[in-house]
Amino acid sequence: MNIDKDLLNKIAHLARLEFDESTAEEMMADMTKILTWVEKLNELDTDNVEPLTTMSHEVNVLREDEVKPHLSHERALKNAPKKDSDYFRVPKVLE
Amino acid sequence: MIDTSVREKYTAVIGLEVHAQLLTKTKIYNTDANAYGHSPNTNVSVITLGHPGTLPKLNKKVVEYAIKMGLACGCDISREQIFDRKNYFYPDLPKGYQLTQDRTPICMNGHVTVFPKNGEPRDITLNRIHIEEDAGKSIHLAGETDSLVDFNRAGVPLIEIVTEPAIRSSEEANSFLTEVRKLVRYLDICDGNMEEGSLRCDANISVMLKGSTTLGKKVEVKNMNSIRNVQRAIDHEIERQIAEIEKGNTIFSETRTFDAATGTTAGMRTKEELNDYRYFPDPDLSPLIVSEEWLKEIEATMPSLPNDLLAKYVKEFNLPEYDAQVLTDTKEIAAYFEALCGKTSNYKAASNWVMGPVKSYLNDSNENIEDLSVTPENLAEIIQLVDESKVSFSAASQRLFPAMLKGDGQSALATAESLGLIQDSDSDSIGELIDEVLAAFPDKVAAYRKGQKGLIGMFMGEVMKKSNGSADPKITNELLRNKLA
Amino acid sequence: MEPYTSLNLIREDLKSGKITCCELVEYYLKNIEDHKYLNAFLEVYTEEAQETAKKVDVKIKEGTAGPLAGLVVSIKDVLCHLDHGLQASSKILEGFQSQFNGTAVQRLIDADAIIIGRTNCDEFAMGSSNENSAFGPVLNAIDNERVPGGSSGGAAVSVQADMCLVALGSDTGGSVRQPAAFCGVIGLKPTYSRISRHGLMAYASSFDCIGLLAKNVDSIAATLEVIAGKDDYDSTVSQKPVPHYSQNLTPDSEYKIAYIRETMEAEGINEEVKAKTVEAIEKLKSNGHQVDAVDFPLLDYLLATYYILTTAEASSNLSRYDGVKYGFRSPHTHDLESMYKKSRSEGFGHEVKTRIMLGTFVLSASYYDAYYTKAQKVRRMIRDETKKILSKYDFIVLPTSPTTAFKLGEHSEDPLEMYLADLFTVQSSVSGLPTISIPNGKDNGGLPIGLQIVSDDFQEEKILAFSNYLINLN
Repeated sequence: MNIDKDLLNKIAHLARLEFDESTAEEMMADMTKILTWVEKLNELDTDNVEPLTTMSHEVNVLREDEVKPHLSHERALKNAPKKDSDYFRVPKVLE
Repeated sequence: MIDTSVREKYTAVIGLEVHAQLLTKTKIYNTDANAYGHSPNTNVSVITLGHPGTLPKLNKKVVEYAIKMGLACGCDISREQIFDRKNYFYPDLPKGYQLTQDRTPICMNGHVTVFPKNGEPRDITLNRIHIEEDAGKSIHLAGETDSLVDFNRAGVPLIEIVTEPAIRSSEEANSFLTEVRKLVRYLDICDGNMEEGSLRCDANISVMLKGSTTLGKKVEVKNMNSIRNVQRAIDHEIERQIAEIEKGNTIFSETRTFDAATGTTAGMRTKEELNDYRYFPDPDLSPLIVSEEWLKEIEATMPSLPNDLLAKYVKEFNLPEYDAQVLTDTKEIAAYFEALCGKTSNYKAASNWVMGPVKSYLNDSNENIEDLSVTPENLAEIIQLVDESKVSFSAASQRLFPAMLKGDGQSALATAESLGLIQDSDSDSIGELIDEVLAAFPDKVAAYRKGQKGLIGMFMGEVMKKSNGSADPKITNELLRNKLA
Repeated sequence: MEPYTSLNLIREDLKSGKITCCELVEYYLKNIEDHKYLNAFLEVYTEEAQETAKKVDVKIKEGTAGPLAGLVVSIKDVLCHLDHGLQASSKILEGFQSQFNGTAVQRLIDADAIIIGRTNCDEFAMGSSNENSAFGPVLNAIDNERVPGGSSGGAAVSVQADMCLVALGSDTGGSVRQPAAFCGVIGLKPTYSRISRHGLMAYASSFDCIGLLAKNVDSIAATLEVIAGKDDYDSTVSQKPVPHYSQNLTPDSEYKIAYIRETMEAEGINEEVKAKTVEAIEKLKSNGHQVDAVDFPLLDYLLATYYILTTAEASSNLSRYDGVKYGFRSPHTHDLESMYKKSRSEGFGHEVKTRIMLGTFVLSASYYDAYYTKAQKVRRMIRDETKKILSKYDFIVLPTSPTTAFKLGEHSEDPLEMYLADLFTVQSSVSGLPTISIPNGKDNGGLPIGLQIVSDDFQEEKILAFSNYLINLN
């Protein structure tokens, strides 16, 4: 699998990451190398195998609909990079 | 406005996605309160905020409520389900992904019957109903460089109801939402309030030439905060698309937002590429298996559904369809009516009373029918009194009913007696009064016998006076005629 | 004070009054100070540990002390500890303080263990050498020019250099076992879901396990039985009851053991590692146990499966680090988009970004089936085949790592080289099976070699008993 500039930009945008010229080169090379390496799995015939979607040994782990103590308002906002007394603040979403 | 002849060349194809917030006490994946209107960022926990090291745990009630909706719509309930992550970035999405059901929705297929104003009742097929979590709220204030984020709503449980593109008009869409709102309220799973956002709707609209087999490109319309606005938005969008096509332009798939002030839709700035949500099975929630037993338990708690009651009132009680619709409009009215019909078999009278005096009173007083002091038992007593001719209908509706609304706990009979409303239906005692009156007006009697039949009214009045209004007018009239003959 | 390795012994001496918790804590604090240059700890809770020690000493006198009184423990910088800094050794969580105690940490506290500090690790637990930390690498105490292994390098060294008795780490692909091997200590990864993940920062949710490191099996057993078991928060945690591991360390008289032929023939396996593994096998045979070679042709596909699935899950798990609710927000931003991109690009290190990119790629619509679904299928095959072997044998044994501790910087150029270090550990992670690494001698340069013992699901008792036995055989 070859990762070119276009694909790198697409993936980076989905992951909300950005790269400059040199780090982009490095990332493309690393990704190409690793993805080519993992393509080894294509050697295996998996036609009649179900994908394994959970490693849990439990099913129907549910809880009752009961309110438990919350996080206090102060603690909720405590680690916020930007906030006021009530809200978290982020740069405005441009539509 | 486009010409009707042009409009009729096209069929509109509409699909709706309805989100309903469930009325559970806690959120879907953690134990914060599920409550509306609290101060910002107070109904939150480390799980809601997506703090490092936190995990979701599914609220059992959410599953039950979703299954109830599925049963009410005749859906197939999925017996084995997993949850999926829908990955995207937005400030009000704390984990950077939404926990939803992509692969295995809890309910599939099913339908909702619509009763459009200008059309025949029709079943709108559903594609699916699935469970997911709501996001927080972003508030964008004019003049600010920041947006404000409140996570109280993050994690509130939602069911998403998705129709097939089976709706053909804005009236059908209106009816669909009305029926869904009615259903969720009947089931007590959602308060169905579009203005407050507990019921939300997005529409997918396309048009195609009648008889064509190729669907047009669908346009998603958002931001319609009432059933009325959904209807307006659909009407506008259909016209807009037709106008464009008639001009020779192509419709492209996009998301448009509805402006309630102008009644129009506008394109949102489109992204170059569609979002890739990278759905994959969530490894943190255990698989959900719905057993036959559990399903039966839930079925046993289902209330009577509006359309079932409607059918019963029409077929078994012989009530007109319009009446039946009014009587099943809300769960509370239907419950009252059902209870009433358990106490009286005069269904027509019951219907008249509920649709008439009861509703009238409720409208004027703004009271809820559940709080009405005249209970179904009381009203059944009143109906019986009228049936037995002990009280006339007009006396009952104008004096007895209002008196009993004061709720002093007395029976209808006792109240009627204390108000002197009991009619005398005894022919003998009425006969005696008539004899007295006739004896007092011998010349009038003679005049009547000579042909002045109009005098019967005067005699009626005298008898009623003598009886203090309690003589049964029907019997009085009959006896008078006999005695005057 | 003589170094302790056994919690049993510590508890005896506390009971008899030979030592106090306060003295124990001072001892460890001194070692921490003396070994500061190893960079194993990101934060030492000096006053707090001293305060707790005082309280526990009183409780011991009154006879009300919990089952872990006398245990001094370190926790890896991925474990949530209320009102303490938590960073996953990453810049992106600068200044973050956890707002709750994870289940394992809470249970330690409730049992009167003393948490002495949080240990350095590879950023977001991604790495095999502890060179990916935003706070500098951890050095192996045996040879300061070599890595301690990763990602729980700090945890391993904290035990290795006697800075605590037990360390809590996390093991997603070998991150407790491999550093244990490189540092000459014991490292246990329990069955997936044996210990609640509530309070463990997620890297790859269907692989992550809290793991334990110590120099003695009874210390691990005693700690495991307190922290394992169901809770109210984790939907995947096993509801199975937790055995009293520390009371059941008696081994069987005879075991049936398998070793995987392909591991001994793997490209890149160090000759001395191979030799020591063969020695261990021979010793077992000569002690009356059946030891057979078995084939496992899927060995070649383990790492690919592991890296596809873990990067996919990680790419999603790390989306929450977005500069909105907590952590680092880049000062160079002017709108939402740049806030996301700059905060994440400046906050995350290179290896983390690489794995996020890979994971995002394999989950993307066009490639999902080819990579992700494929890997999920191979995962099932690997698990089924491994369990098949364990249906016939009590254990599988294999070396923990193809090499001994390598030098700092040795594998920085090529990510694939680093990934190969995980070759022998990922099988248990892919399969979810409990596995321990015990010291298995040293190479000629004096560097420790580890031996892994794998058992079927929820057989930690068996593994611990057997490990104890095997260690004492040496």
